[in-house]
Amino acid sequence: MAITPPEQRIWWKERIARVELYWIVIAFLWGLTMFFMMIYWHGAGEQNLSSEAYRIKPQQFSQKTQEMIDAYTVRQEGMYPVVHPPPGSDVYLIARLWQWWPILELEKDQSYRLHLSSMDWQHGFSLQPVNINVQVHPDYEMVITIKPDQAGEFGVVCNEFCGIGHHTMVGKLYVVERSQGD
Amino acid sequence: MATIMSFRTCPTTGLRVERSAERLIKANAVIAVVFLAIGGLFGLLVALTRWPAVHFLPADWFYLALTAHGIDVLLVWIIFFEMAVLYFASAVLLNSRIALPWLAWTGFGLMLVGAITVNVAVLQGQSTVMFTSYVPMMASQSFYLGIILFAVGALCGCVVFFGTLVVARRERTYQGSIPLVTFGALTAAIIAVFTIASGAIILVPTWLWSLGIVNHIDPIVYKTIWWGMGHSSQQINVSAHVAVWYAIAAMVFGAKPISEKVSRMAFLMYILFLQLASAHHMLVEPGFSAEWKIFNTSYAMYLAVLGSMVHGMTVPGSIEAAQRRRGYTKGFFEWLRKAPWGNPAFSGMFMSLVFFGFIGGISGVVMGTEQINLIMHNTLYVPGHFHGTVVAGTTLAFMAITYLLVPLIFRRELRMKKLAQWQPYVFGIGVAGISLFMMGAGTLGVSRRHWDMTFADAQLPFDYPAAAFMMMGLNGLFAVLAAVGGVMFIVVVVGSVFFGRKLADDEKPAYPPAPPTATVAQYGSEPEMRIPGTTLLVGVFFIAFVLYYFVNWKYLSEVWPLS
Repeated sequence: MAITPPEQRIWWKERIARVELYWIVIAFLWGLTMFFMMIYWHGAGEQNLSSEAYRIKPQQFSQKTQEMIDAYTVRQEGMYPVVHPPPGSDVYLIARLWQWWPILELEKDQSYRLHLSSMDWQHGFSLQPVNINVQVHPDYEMVITIKPDQAGEFGVVCNEFCGIGHHTMVGKLYVVERSQGD
Repeated sequence: MATIMSFRTCPTTGLRVERSAERLIKANAVIAVVFLAIGGLFGLLVALTRWPAVHFLPADWFYLALTAHGIDVLLVWIIFFEMAVLYFASAVLLNSRIALPWLAWTGFGLMLVGAITVNVAVLQGQSTVMFTSYVPMMASQSFYLGIILFAVGALCGCVVFFGTLVVARRERTYQGSIPLVTFGALTAAIIAVFTIASGAIILVPTWLWSLGIVNHIDPIVYKTIWWGMGHSSQQINVSAHVAVWYAIAAMVFGAKPISEKVSRMAFLMYILFLQLASAHHMLVEPGFSAEWKIFNTSYAMYLAVLGSMVHGMTVPGSIEAAQRRRGYTKGFFEWLRKAPWGNPAFSGMFMSLVFFGFIGGISGVVMGTEQINLIMHNTLYVPGHFHGTVVAGTTLAFMAITYLLVPLIFRRELRMKKLAQWQPYVFGIGVAGISLFMMGAGTLGVSRRHWDMTFADAQLPFDYPAAAFMMMGLNGLFAVLAAVGGVMFIVVVVGSVFFGRKLADDEKPAYPPAPPTATVAQYGSEPEMRIPGTTLLVGVFFIAFVLYYFVNWKYLSEVWPLS
């Protein structure tokens, strides 16, 4: 029994039952399949998170964001500037207690280099209802190349607990059809 | 040094049980159950708040209750109970005295003081930082200190366990190799040492930071090392509850492991590879290379998962073999149909096995896939997964073995047997529901650790789909069911331990029924062991695993391209 010492003293020479052996082989091969699936996706899949990241101070990140806002703001929504940066450019999104700043307006089927960083605590970038979820840290700037493939209005929910106002931290992101004349 | 020892002989198993080991097991198990009750209550409050129609607690109390829930059940209940399991698997199963009882009591005291310190810190309201306490959010210094004290206490318990193995070997209290259950407990204890070391490496500096002595803790370094503790501690649970499955299979059926070698190798896989799981929490953090993520998140090509999949066959397989030998040989499943479903030790253990595999296990592997994590990170899918592993798996298994420990160690007759009989079903189904509906809500994008999914006070509006609200309502309902099951457990255990009839020293308890003699389970002269029912069940599991895995790649392929 499992609660007594093995009946056969030389238990490591016991023959392994065939059914058990088959299962070990199948399970092992399945593990290999899952392992190589991740590697395969790096070549064949379109959803692979970049590992590009930099150390940065909150003030520096805030400054870069402000420069983008100053250059490309197209309208105001309440207190939020709506920024429409050119396709292919570097776009910045600030996470701070308790807002995502500013509102970005991107064009469908265009790539952008999205920079994310936090001004204070950790936050969670959760793009809904697309369901892309990325962790945002203070002192680190993460750069992801994204290519929105659907137009519409999207929510950016914070999904890392960031204090008492956490549940009020919702941002917005627009994706519009490609503008005329490009 | 002269030590006065007293032993009694267990009338059921014939093992000698040392009184001081017995007292330690009792003390740790009782405190464990107390914290299960406290933490479970916090959990119910959390679930009632996330139930949109009820939305019970105000925001500050919700986050406070969520912090306390995580600490009290994930840490305090489970580790205290694991101390009881370690002492049982060493001193009792090896027929030995316990080594260094004073150290065991010191450890017990430290853990208790630590647990109370953390709880006071959280309830004072200055440490609402969640179980994970990610920097740079800061808790009061007593929060970190409490966890450190608790961890040091747990380390003392591990030392006592190792010491007892040495004592038993030196005093030749058993013949041959240690039993499989003890081997599993040894695995758990070794992982615990690694876990506590990781905890010390990060929490001691963090404590100093909260005192103003250290001025900066890097958030990514913190998270990487913290999860060396946070996730590894879940591997302690896996090892411990798998050991408990084997123990219950042996105690209820007299089941013999199909192969000692294979089961021990499977435990060894845990020691070698499970610690890499810290990476599961770093898949969408800035700056980690794909190579690092792939190697670590897959536990070096899923070798630890292999361990669990092996146990998934050997545990039910050993039960099937034992039942078939007893004559339940008809068809694929007579052995299972005629199993003692009215014995809470068995029903709890078997549900723990099934839910851990199908719900907790599969979801964990899927979520821990490098790219798929992107569509699940920090959504409710995460707590959905770990309620499948830690509650439906570990907690249910620990509840199940408690029904055997009450008569065997506490020497009390189990009271309210009808209630006990239903308890694993109520709790198990409740928890399975919680896990599945949280996973469902997570797939729809709902955030974990979030007070208000309607975003009523947010500066900008956003609406989750209606289906997500339904999921959270169902989650609330099943949480109430699980809470009822939890209360049933506490009532039965407290009622039995304090008010149950005392068993005489030489009296065999009538309930749960004593295990059949071990000889029933010897394979004897049969050339090949037959376990067709288990093979079929494992086949179903495997197909479910493969399908669910690829369905999630499909989901991933539908989100925006990103690189």
